[in-house]
Amino acid sequence: MTTQTQTQNVSVNNFEQCLKCSICTVYCPVSAVTPLYPGPKQAGPDGERYRLKNKEFFDEALKMCLNCKRCEVACPNDVHIGDIIQAARIKYSTHKPSLRDMMLANTDFVGTMASPFAPIANPILKLKPMKAVLHGVMKIDKHRTFPDYSSRKFESWFKKEAAPTQDQYSKHVSYFHGCYVNYNYPQLGKDFVKVMNAVGYGVHLLEKEKCCGVALIANGMPKQAKRQGKVNMNSMRKAIAQGHPILTTSSTCTFTMRDEYDHLLGIDNHDVRDSLSLATRFLFQLIEKGEIKLAFNEDYHKRVAYHSACHMERMGWVPYSTRMLRMIPGIDFVMLESQCCGISGTYGFKKENYERSQAIGKGLFDQIDEVNPDCVATDCETCKWQVEMSTGVPVMNPISIIAEALDVETTRKLNNLD
Amino acid sequence: MTKENNNHYDVIVIGGGITGAGTARDCAMRGLKVLLVERHDLSTGATGRNHGLMHSGARYAVTDHESATECIRENMILRKIARHCVEETDGLFITLPEDDLKFQSLFVQKCGEAGISAEIIDPQLAKVMEPAVNPNLIGAVKVPDASVDPFRLTMANVLDAQLHGAETLIYHEVIDVLIEQNRVIGVKLRNNHNGETINAYASVTINAAGIWGTLIAKMAGVKINMFPAKGSLLIFGHRVNHMVINRCRKPANADILVPDDAVCVIGTTSDRVPIETCDDMRVTPEEVEVLLAEGMKLAPSLGTTRILRAYAGVRPLVASDDDPSGRSISRGIVTLDHEKRDGLAGFITITGGKMMTYRLMAEEVTNLACEKLGLTKKCETATTPLPGSEPKEETKKYSFSQKAAQGRHGTLNESVDRGDVSSDALVCECEGVSVGEVRYAVTKLHVHNLINLRRRTRVGMGTCQGELCACRAAGVMCSDDKGAQKAINDLSGFMNERWKGMQPVAWGDNLAEAQLTAKIYQGLLGVDRLANERRVEYYEI
Repeated sequence: MTTQTQTQNVSVNNFEQCLKCSICTVYCPVSAVTPLYPGPKQAGPDGERYRLKNKEFFDEALKMCLNCKRCEVACPNDVHIGDIIQAARIKYSTHKPSLRDMMLANTDFVGTMASPFAPIANPILKLKPMKAVLHGVMKIDKHRTFPDYSSRKFESWFKKEAAPTQDQYSKHVSYFHGCYVNYNYPQLGKDFVKVMNAVGYGVHLLEKEKCCGVALIANGMPKQAKRQGKVNMNSMRKAIAQGHPILTTSSTCTFTMRDEYDHLLGIDNHDVRDSLSLATRFLFQLIEKGEIKLAFNEDYHKRVAYHSACHMERMGWVPYSTRMLRMIPGIDFVMLESQCCGISGTYGFKKENYERSQAIGKGLFDQIDEVNPDCVATDCETCKWQVEMSTGVPVMNPISIIAEALDVETTRKLNNLD
Repeated sequence: MTKENNNHYDVIVIGGGITGAGTARDCAMRGLKVLLVERHDLSTGATGRNHGLMHSGARYAVTDHESATECIRENMILRKIARHCVEETDGLFITLPEDDLKFQSLFVQKCGEAGISAEIIDPQLAKVMEPAVNPNLIGAVKVPDASVDPFRLTMANVLDAQLHGAETLIYHEVIDVLIEQNRVIGVKLRNNHNGETINAYASVTINAAGIWGTLIAKMAGVKINMFPAKGSLLIFGHRVNHMVINRCRKPANADILVPDDAVCVIGTTSDRVPIETCDDMRVTPEEVEVLLAEGMKLAPSLGTTRILRAYAGVRPLVASDDDPSGRSISRGIVTLDHEKRDGLAGFITITGGKMMTYRLMAEEVTNLACEKLGLTKKCETATTPLPGSEPKEETKKYSFSQKAAQGRHGTLNESVDRGDVSSDALVCECEGVSVGEVRYAVTKLHVHNLINLRRRTRVGMGTCQGELCACRAAGVMCSDDKGAQKAINDLSGFMNERWKGMQPVAWGDNLAEAQLTAKIYQGLLGVDRLANERRVEYYEI
């Protein structure tokens, strides 16, 4: 029967599997705040049919998509709605990235340039006249503050301070630190090394690490993203060959390299994907298997509200981070209702998106105000900037909280290291 | 009691298909007073049930030189006068390993003789030009095929006829032909909405009722030998091809794949059927099987592409006159002057032909009608653009749905309300039909029910097949129309009509979608309980 092949319907990003139920649109944070965005169903599978007819049906309004993938989480029929929208932007958009877009997207390059001048650059970027210039000329919203650049890159610290002692461990992991840890916030990387060492794992850097490319994809530079992605994949293959799992502390970098590389950039990552994981997930799985144990300081107390970053939701990994945090006896844990914070990486930095970005996050900010925690925990660095700016509450990565609460000596003993 | 239509017309045209619409236009443009009557909706017969292929004529080049010549001539005319109904896709005639490549040279030669540009293309290049094509092809010829929307084309002809003073009555069925002293003086019509009967009178009555023309002729007491030939087709959920793909061999089953609007259509089969079955054509599982198997030879990805619907039309094939056996069937245009042929004055039948040649058919029959009425005005339909296709600079920046509407209505899209939230709101998300467009169709395009609306705007023709749009459209029509109960009945009829086309291909995601639709309309809205009548119009073929 020829008709049998029909039951194996295949379509790019499953766009034909859409049953038009519209649940995705209900969960879309952008549709909730503006009627100008067509919504994921219309922008995704519906629009795709017409774009296949004629590329003129591409609508630049698709750039309002946050790429949060909450539509994909909501979809009951596994349509890769967010991928359809991003792929359409890559394929059909005639909008060329501006200087601003290139600056925002090239986190690697800008970080490298800014780091040596961090003591000067940081205060200058905070000055009102500077913000006015950025706002007016660069169209970077005046409400935003760039995250501080660190005067010493994580990589430099690691090579000098940590690398020499890593070989003493019997088990090893490779760490994809990402741009944020390297240029802005090395402390998170240090926290990661502290935790991994305490449970008996030596940490190593990849032979070569490039920005994962998430901001390049979002800002219309897929070719550069693909080049960088290939470098990362090759480095990771080498690490895997040495038996190293590859860990990260950023949900977005992880998601980009595991899923977007394949779906949007056409990078074959099937041999790397399963070895690439978030640190909290890796630790949780080891604890579940009884391979490691953690001990925490008894006098540690903190009221922590967990915010589920969108890409954590998409990967389905929220429980790993939250269960790790709940293991800490001194933590008063509050789970925030899962909502997009609205920043979506570089999206919220753009003047034209600022108001929408804040409207999207408002529900989350109100929740945080009500809960009044000592800190918010989240696995995404850009959510951190957004929540800190919008609520004034400090935001920490779960790994940093674990590192802060960790009783290193007891933990080392429990893991038979001394 | 039968009412009298006090107007006396020069011409009554029977049949709201493309031939009738084209004839009404031509007659009206020549200054005749015209009444166009149709028993159901416009383009419900073969006009709305074909490929939507604008033949280059290449398909007939080898077997029927005359048809091929007519096709290419009309093809070039339609590109000019019906710009907004036509998409200039071009077509490929491919030779597969099981076909005889020798046919290709004969084909190209015959195309040349008919004036059809036929360019042999390297198979590798053909794959680049049309990535969906069967990669095993051993030969390809490029021809000026195109795709045409028959619903739009018919509507545009009716609109132009009206602009030239013609009157249109849809849902008015001819139940008798009025004859006085061997002359047809008019027709008796039944309003299919309320059952009222009306007599309408004209000097000339033109029978352009497609396959049903044989029944009209019977009412007038004359016999036309017609052979209904059923052709089944499948619609796929999206376009897999951008060019028309044909097989380069003698015409056979399911050897044309046409990109139409946001979908593509494979067809057709061909089987003789009794005239009694023509009002309710059903596609059989065997036909689906043949269409899919043959279709996959043109474009293998059809095998794994979602099929939206199956449908069937009936070709009005006519036996060459006075050949009772029906062996010598012509696909050419047949104009029957019943005054000469049967001694019945004031009655002409126009039949045979193809959608492609509707304008030429209209010209021929209008010439004859004019001759009978003593008029000498020349035909201008080949050079005057249809409403919507007037040349006009397009400078506006449109949204998705406005672009879609622009494609459907051409320059008439200017009449669609837009710019405010309530007009721009979408009724049909799959096809981008706005509230403003629905209102335009309801007021300007003879829309009485949801099925009419679908033919004018594509509401409900996307992959959801009415799941989300039907109730919204019913809501818009209800507020502009005659109350809730009519809307509920209309909704129920519309959903049944959609299911009829889905049923032969109900599997996989199509079935899942149909189930969701049933849950919404029956489970959630209870439409099946609320609808209290089932009128025949919903089951119009």
